[in-house]
Amino acid sequence: MNRTSASPVTHARIRRLPLHAAALLVFVLSVFPVYWMVLTAFKPTQDIQSQTPLFLPTSVTLDHFTKAVQADGFWLFWRNSLAVTASCVLLALIVALGAAFAVARLRWKGRRGFILMVFIAQVAPWEALLIPMYVIARDTDMLDKLSMLTLIYFMITLPFTIVTLRGFLTAIPVELEEAAQVDGCTRAAAFRRITLPLLAPGLLATSLFGFITAWNEFAFANMLIIKNQDDRTLPVWLSSFSNVFGTDWGATMAASTLFALPVLVLFLVLQGRVASGMTSGAVKG
Amino acid sequence: MTAAAGARRTPGAERAARTPGALWPYLLIAPTVLGTAYLLLYPLVRNLVISFQTYGMGELIRGGAPFAGLANYREILDDTVFWEVVRRTFWWTAVNVVLIMVLATLVALMLQHLGRRTRLLVMSGLVLAWASPVIATTTVFQWLFSSRLGVVNWLLVRLGFESYENYSWFANGSSTFVILVLLVVWQSVPFAAITLHAALLTVPAELYESARLDGAGAARIFRSVTLPMLRPLFALVLCLEVIWVFRCFAQIWAISKGGPGDATTTLPVYAYRVAQSLHRYDLGAAVSTLTVLLLVAVLVVHLRQMFRQEGEL
Repeated sequence: MNRTSASPVTHARIRRLPLHAAALLVFVLSVFPVYWMVLTAFKPTQDIQSQTPLFLPTSVTLDHFTKAVQADGFWLFWRNSLAVTASCVLLALIVALGAAFAVARLRWKGRRGFILMVFIAQVAPWEALLIPMYVIARDTDMLDKLSMLTLIYFMITLPFTIVTLRGFLTAIPVELEEAAQVDGCTRAAAFRRITLPLLAPGLLATSLFGFITAWNEFAFANMLIIKNQDDRTLPVWLSSFSNVFGTDWGATMAASTLFALPVLVLFLVLQGRVASGMTSGAVKG
Repeated sequence: MTAAAGARRTPGAERAARTPGALWPYLLIAPTVLGTAYLLLYPLVRNLVISFQTYGMGELIRGGAPFAGLANYREILDDTVFWEVVRRTFWWTAVNVVLIMVLATLVALMLQHLGRRTRLLVMSGLVLAWASPVIATTTVFQWLFSSRLGVVNWLLVRLGFESYENYSWFANGSSTFVILVLLVVWQSVPFAAITLHAALLTVPAELYESARLDGAGAARIFRSVTLPMLRPLFALVLCLEVIWVFRCFAQIWAISKGGPGDATTTLPVYAYRVAQSLHRYDLGAAVSTLTVLLLVAVLVVHLRQMFRQEGEL
């Protein structure tokens, strides 16, 4: 913008035309699939089946949502997903808070090695561990159990949670805690009363990431829950939509919308914090 | 000397070290270490062990798998299908990553030149795509490319490509591959673009200013100012994308299960197919081990980058 103010205004407008066309293209391409999903979910079946697609809502129906919600086990799978996701996020937060504190605030032998371990764990090739996990789950009688999934998701999200929380912790001046200690607080109380409230945005951003990862996870849920179909999670159920809804795209899109909704809402509400959390975690610790 | 350097890095650390209770840090990290040992290290080791055993359906139920030496690796490496899968995996990774990085860089540069309101709008769109759950998007893409009533076929016919009337994308190997690439690129560009854009923001405006005063054109500024400043983060994102695309499983499995035929079978999918449908857990484990080895090469580069960024370790 500095640059354009130097040249005449009209000239600048013309020069910026391709730029704005590109911006529009990027916007449309990124939004369209999501828009199409929601639109199809609300469209009456005859509109979905019209030979020329209707790009704007003409009439709205909730039939597809009713059908999706009433599909066999939808609420059960929704509850399973929520239970697994919530417990893994909570577990990861508690464990990570301890580890992040040790790394950011204390000095001890093996600290470097520990950080290295966390970094390596962060890029662990989980997709290559499907088979041993299956064998281990079978050996320990954990096959078809949601608790096994919870443990795995906990481990998948833990490294990122530690790295990000550590980033947030280092950003909070240790002097604040020390001042409280001078005023007679114990170290633990100083942390709880001073640092923890300041850490709230960080906790929020990291738990959001954990939530999304666990809510979306497909490979392990697909591999480890086989016999006991009641313990399936939403992604696995949704991936087999054609068994459930056939070619009923309205109901399929309604189910997808319901599946995506919690994540989209969380993400959009917390957008700014997440972006800053992402960069502070991934880039400069 | 190291102590002084350490204290400079974390102000509170030196004081903490003097206080009693040196066991505390170890108690705090114990759950993380235990979790990593049981849920990451042990599976990796177990995978390695299984790959040296004869491990089929019977051994899975009864236990007591006998060691088979290198037999599994020999079987895999002698199999022409495996090498085809390796080639396909590299091709898959290359196509996706190049597209992702080029598009993300372009989008990041575009964002930088947009006005505040337009930028916010485009960013919200990108975040929406980024946040969409993988499996939901996978389902939506199947609808977009559906042979009957699919909006993509309709558009292509409208644009004059009559042959796409009721074209069934998922019946053909290469068109399924194309859809998977489009899906993964669509899902990955937002993260890369937003991260690169954030990196562009850290380039001080004075640098552009002085380059302009020195008479540098847009191309020259990009090459001499933007690119060098962007390089560390660019490398970081590149590594992450290589890792993510290489290990990609959910999208491929949900859309095509590696098919039709073998057309979209990459290494992770291949390992899963061998293990699950043939009950050859030993062969699957051998493929997984080879996958991990290939990834380690990339990971080493990535971790070195990461450590360089984390100067204050």
